[in-house]
Amino acid sequence: MSNVVAPAGHAAGHHDSHAAHHPALQHHFDTMAQQKEAAVIGMWVFLLTEILFFGGLFVAYMIYRVWYFEAFAEASRRLSLFWGGLNTAVLIGSSLTMALAVRCAQTNSRKWTVNWLILTMILGCVFLGVKVIEYRDKFANYEVPGATYNWNYHEEHEAAAAAGAGEHAAAAPEGGESAEAAAHHVKMTPDQLQRTTQLYFSLYFTMTGLHALHMIIGVGLMLVITGMAWKGKFDDQYYTPVEMAGLYWHFVDIVWIFLFPLLYLVERHM
Amino acid sequence: MSDHVSPVSLYITIFLSLMVLTALTVSAAFINLGTFNFPVAMLIAGFKASLVIWYFMHMKYQSHLTKLALATGIFFLAILLGETMVDYVSKDFNRIPGPIEASSIIKK
Repeated sequence: MSNVVAPAGHAAGHHDSHAAHHPALQHHFDTMAQQKEAAVIGMWVFLLTEILFFGGLFVAYMIYRVWYFEAFAEASRRLSLFWGGLNTAVLIGSSLTMALAVRCAQTNSRKWTVNWLILTMILGCVFLGVKVIEYRDKFANYEVPGATYNWNYHEEHEAAAAAGAGEHAAAAPEGGESAEAAAHHVKMTPDQLQRTTQLYFSLYFTMTGLHALHMIIGVGLMLVITGMAWKGKFDDQYYTPVEMAGLYWHFVDIVWIFLFPLLYLVERHM
Repeated sequence: MSDHVSPVSLYITIFLSLMVLTALTVSAAFINLGTFNFPVAMLIAGFKASLVIWYFMHMKYQSHLTKLALATGIFFLAILLGETMVDYVSKDFNRIPGPIEASSIIKK
């Protein structure tokens, strides 16, 4: 890969364009290397806008995390570490299969380019499926911000059940004690938690939702690329679309690498 | 074209490193490091992101111009996060609407 955009391959490029002209070479580029370089820079500039796009949400998260740290710690523990961890592994795995797809395109292995791309899409769909399970769980537990949001749903539910079972004298002190212990642990009142944890879940749904949207776009993008690969449009001279789709996919993976500790791992040790 | 083709073993190594680092960040979250829990988590995430960018995204083999483009993005993200936090931490913005006592949270 040349380190200079235009001049390096210029002279050689003219020879190429007269002799063996690659069909994928656009007329406004001198060489395939120059064309590739332009695509790579263009893609990275797009990814920079994406960094700042997600960056705004990370700033909002930071501010509210500093303000309502207890609420963030409490709410974070309501997320399933199992599903979150599994999804992290799935996404890292899909990054590996994506990298291998690009490598197979580089080495003229059409069949394996397609295979790795399909596997990447499958892993992407597994990730989204797990996300559906997690979202469903949040809806079931009244943890979706809005009119039905109820942070204290389970406590109220248990209290109602205890009251329904009969007012046994033995049950009362135990309940009082655990409430006292909880109050010692958490300084915010249930009403305060109801308000502040809702902020956490608003950010949770916005950030993971935007990330999931990127995943869906990524899978759609890869469907097109897989079709192109299947038709044999790529070779070791021209595989730019595969590599660009890869850059996008890896970027989405990186966003998740940050989202996972920020959302799932706040004060787990308590 | 002189595109660099990385060996499969490199990709496998990066993948395994990312998995180990994920396990590390989860186990680190269960240890009470006080105020260091957050920096440690971000340090590990940053290192993981660097591995992905450098090897999976082939930044290692890109031109200086592309590397500069990435550095520009990180620089502006740092401004966005850093300068905003300086403002929020240093000024008395902790006026919380509703029944929440602002002081009870600041004292924490």
